[in-house]
Amino acid sequence: MIEIKIQSKALNISNEMKKISKLNADGATVTFMGSVRDLEYENLETLEIEYFPKMAKKVLNKTAKDAYKNWNLSRCIIIHRYGKLKIGDPIVLIITSSPHRKEAFRANEYIIDFLKTNAPFWKKENTEKKSYWVSQKN
Amino acid sequence: MKLLYFAKIREVINKSEEILELPQNINTTGDLIKFLTELDDIYKNAFSDKNFFIACDEEVVEMDFLIKDTKEIAIFPPVTGG
Repeated sequence: MIEIKIQSKALNISNEMKKISKLNADGATVTFMGSVRDLEYENLETLEIEYFPKMAKKVLNKTAKDAYKNWNLSRCIIIHRYGKLKIGDPIVLIITSSPHRKEAFRANEYIIDFLKTNAPFWKKENTEKKSYWVSQKN
Repeated sequence: MKLLYFAKIREVINKSEEILELPQNINTTGDLIKFLTELDDIYKNAFSDKNFFIACDEEVVEMDFLIKDTKEIAIFPPVTGG
């Protein structure tokens, strides 16, 4: 089962985990959560996330399908937020479950790495003094 | 042709989308960028660092992509998702 959501509202991680735990065949569930972090030399006030709705949905779906094809997954949930977030707020949640841990880990890492460089989301950091568009990092 | 702009490029051009009548000799995505940069300095500024991607109907394409069957072209900086 693949579930993709792009939303501005907060993530409810325990609700998503409950869905996964109902599957008896799964011995392994890997959860990755990416959150807003503070800046090194300035204080971050908000992080704004802009996205290209039609394409983002397509890319997230494709990424999940590719992960399904390559690893023995039973479930894959990807939730990405947009809008104005604060330090500590979750941005992205990726849950992969599989009968065995290695596949759940590998699929999860593949998904987050792929999203970083292919999913059409853009981050803007707003500090007290200025706003900056975040540039792509490896 | 419907054009969409995102993030920094949207801010520089100061619009998120527009519909432009393209001349007959615009065949590729590269032709489109050249046409826009010659049309107004605002586009020239937006694309000056050459650090952007083009998606035709939501698929990222190269500068030699033929646009005749495309409905919507999005131009945006490198993505920073996740």
